[in-house]
Amino acid sequence: MSWSRRTRHHLSSPLGIVTAGLLLLLLVTAILAPPLLGDRADEIVVGSLQSGSSAEHPFGTDALGRDVFTRTLVATRMSLVLALLVVAIGVVAGLIIGAVPIVLGKRAGRVVVAGLNLMVAFPGLLLALFLAMIFGVGARGAVLSMSIAFAPSFARLTHTTASGIANADYVSAARLLGVSRWRILTRHVIPNISEPLIVNMTSQVGAALLSISALSYLGFGVQPPSYDWGRMLSDGLPAIYTNPAAALAPCITIVVAGLTFVLAGELLTQILGGHHHGHLRMPSRLSRRQGPEAAAPTRSADDGDEVLRLDGLTVTMPGETTPFSPVTDVSLRIRPGEIVGLVGESGSGKSLTAMAAARLISYPGLAEADVHRIKGQELRLMRSRDRERLLGTSLAMVFQDPMSSLNPTLKVGRQLAEVAETHEGLGRRDAWQRAVDRLSAVLISSPEVRAKQYPMEFSGGMRQRASIAMGLMAQPALIIADEPTTALDVTVQREVLNLLQRISEQTAAAVLLISHDIAVVAETASRVLVMYAGRVVEELPVSGLVTDAAHPYTRALVASIPDMSTDRSQPLASIPGRPPHTAQLPAGCAFAPRCGYADDQCLEHRPELVDSGRGGAVACWHPLLPAGRAPQGMAGPASVPASARRVAAEGEV
Amino acid sequence: MRSSFRARHPWLVFLTRRLGRFVVSMAVVVTAAFAMVHALPGDPVRAALGLRASPETIRATREQLGLDDPLWLQYVDYVRGLLHLDLGISLDSQTPVREVMAQLVPATVKLGLAAFVVCIVIAIPVGLLIGIATRDGRGRTVHLGFGGLTGLALSVPDYLLSVGLVFVFSVSLGALPVAGMTGAASFVLPVIALVVGPGAYLARIVRAETQGVLSEDYIRTARAKRLPARVVYLRHALPNTLTPTLTVCGMILASMLAGTVLVESVFAWPGIGAELVDSVLVKDYPMVQAVALFFGAGILLINLVVDVAIAAFDPRSTIKES
Ligand code: SF4
Repeated sequence: MSWSRRTRHHLSSPLGIVTAGLLLLLLVTAILAPPLLGDRADEIVVGSLQSGSSAEHPFGTDALGRDVFTRTLVATRMSLVLALLVVAIGVVAGLIIGAVPIVLGKRAGRVVVAGLNLMVAFPGLLLALFLAMIFGVGARGAVLSMSIAFAPSFARLTHTTASGIANADYVSAARLLGVSRWRILTRHVIPNISEPLIVNMTSQVGAALLSISALSYLGFGVQPPSYDWGRMLSDGLPAIYTNPAAALAPCITIVVAGLTFVLAGELLTQILGGHHHGHLRMPSRLSRRQGPEAAAPTRSADDGDEVLRLDGLTVTMPGETTPFSPVTDVSLRIRPGEIVGLVGESGSGKSLTAMAAARLISYPGLAEADVHRIKGQELRLMRSRDRERLLGTSLAMVFQDPMSSLNPTLKVGRQLAEVAETHEGLGRRDAWQRAVDRLSAVLISSPEVRAKQYPMEFSGGMRQRASIAMGLMAQPALIIADEPTTALDVTVQREVLNLLQRISEQTAAAVLLISHDIAVVAETASRVLVMYAGRVVEELPVSGLVTDAAHPYTRALVASIPDMSTDRSQPLASIPGRPPHTAQLPAGCAFAPRCGYADDQCLEHRPELVDSGRGGAVACWHPLLPAGRAPQGMAGPASVPASARRVAAEGEV
Repeated sequence: MRSSFRARHPWLVFLTRRLGRFVVSMAVVVTAAFAMVHALPGDPVRAALGLRASPETIRATREQLGLDDPLWLQYVDYVRGLLHLDLGISLDSQTPVREVMAQLVPATVKLGLAAFVVCIVIAIPVGLLIGIATRDGRGRTVHLGFGGLTGLALSVPDYLLSVGLVFVFSVSLGALPVAGMTGAASFVLPVIALVVGPGAYLARIVRAETQGVLSEDYIRTARAKRLPARVVYLRHALPNTLTPTLTVCGMILASMLAGTVLVESVFAWPGIGAELVDSVLVKDYPMVQAVALFFGAGILLINLVVDVAIAAFDPRSTIKES
């Protein structure tokens, strides 16, 4: 959006209209009221001192019998002018003080900054009161005191903004070229800090108005016969029982005028910052599900010993125009002791699948599945307390970033122990003992000492092992590890993977291992699911990964498995192009734009996931033949598909 | 050597450095209070006593204030007096400033503390609850309503709110005393006036912090552990909002001290804030100096306590290293 369009956009918003209207009203009153109403405001109505409101005097009269309403209008100019003066002088003083550290260099700068920090700690009104003793009572003294009290905060704003710029590259370059400090200040620094300063100044006018009115109210500001709103308030307050309007009218005008400038500052921020308030469309629960088992697929009906069974999982997220589904129709079955890998590029929906499997999709996302069973128990039919206990004891999560997934304010041992306290009702001491025991189980040395430490005292690999230990506090049937090694050093990665494997062997816990790195999965898992654009596109045993992969995407992933020389931090460099965003999926196969075998059928119709006949399933119109029989590389699509389709068809029969 | 000492005794180093800063700041405040009298244009005594005061009175007062001594001697005498808690004699009432202060300080401290406690007891739970209700972008209506209400509360300054409160509760309803410190009921209106603005600010900060913390990875971990909501919020989220909350609490307490000046004036509260206004108006220098020291020391002390509390209670805090 261009600047002027943005301005118009914001000015036509309710906030813009109200603010502009109020500003205009204030301005017009300040300009017109004194010449038009000045005389009337000083007119003394004989015989009606401090009268309440009447038709003639809507806000009554003051102690000398003058009309409060007229005086409130006339006082607008004085009140605004004083506030503007305070900010103007304060800003100039603040700019000068704030620029000192830049012009004078480091040492003098540090002293100034320390002084500023000390000054800013004191509320402005207090400073102004003490200064008022030096500058004397009256409008001039009040403005001076108040602007000096305001200066430190401006100075600090100038300084912090300016020092950011002063350290910027182009300024250092200018300095190297011998450009004088003064020129740097005027040419580079001031133009760049003017935007935040203007915004701040605008809202500060409101604050100045409130403060200077307060000074006048206390008797330091405008002296009779002049008057501003603060003065009127102090005149009206003693008579609040006989004519409350005389005190309330200036109160209300001060608040409204102050608010106007604060709103104006807000508006300016929006215009300059270009905020645009988009509205997201929220997903709503589609009642597409008939019953828990109604849509159960025909493949293996017996799931007695599965630790996880998830059928028809769909995750929906709010989008700009309509909700979209980053995960669609994903089914997962995991048996005890099995390590299943889930691979895909970022944005493929693999992490959301993992989160949904653990029922951790949070607002505004929405996860729905036809079947979601843990250890054979359908979660959606359970009471929430039983479900939480089941998940808390039989499901463990290990997250990607061990730096952020442990609570920095709690001792590691505490974070482990609370699992056993919550779900198994263990006492504090027993739970702690078990925490120490589990820490030693994941090979953390001197676990008693380590348990008493905070996560920041742990190394990355140690934190990840502590996360795993946290999952072992109960007897997990399934460990969901979402990119558990991505944030770790290569040497530590191996350790963590070995640990997961060892735990799986010893405790018969299944592991769902999510990774963008097919090499990690290939080394660790026994079965692998490949996700692309929110769907599972292939499932196969790891043993067949190199030879039997039928989906061109899987093939490309396998081809990208690095040997020792490849940089693993650059995943899938071998596949040109990017995966589509799941909010804008093409009609046909989502991989088609990147696929060397794509034809018209691929572009128009989406392939379903079907049995591949090689111990897995594949969603591709032209599945590749097992290696050796399949043409290597990007051969002409016309010859391959026919035979490949036949293989798929045979499998289905 | 030095770095190892620092590593072994982070607390000792931190406390020494922090106390050192407090002492230096305090010295600056004391010097500023002293300099204030000498920064006045003209003869401060004549300014205070007025043109009609006799030359003898002026001379006697100058002597009493020690204004004829050389400046350095005056400064030394002043600091020595402070160390003996001798704050001089009030020009206005001709009684020792210390006695006046002893009468006024308790009233202000009671008011300020009452307001601070009420502020914390209300604003922190409210901020926490709204933060929970608006986590992950939930509860747009609640968020908007809360923003509007606190915005309104923030834009009405304490002294104007005081006037409004007096009008509604004292003038219109006659329910509460309008002025003076006359028992529990007389605290209600001044405390409300002092609490509304800072309370709204604190609640906003706590809400924003809570919302931020609730989207952290470690909260997801806590939820993955299936801890009860109460434990997730109180044990895992709340302590992580501690540092900003404590910082804001310190700022609020300082601003409440300043707020007492205006609020005490509206409610004719027999405290130090209202006294400051009168003393400045009649140029009662010793009194003003004493009040300046009181506020200065109070604010510096609050900042000190906040920093130490952050260092003590937040294990992540890097304040000790800075
Ligand atoms: S369906 Fe077509 S475009 Fe999609 S992966 Fe298979 S061959 Fe490629």
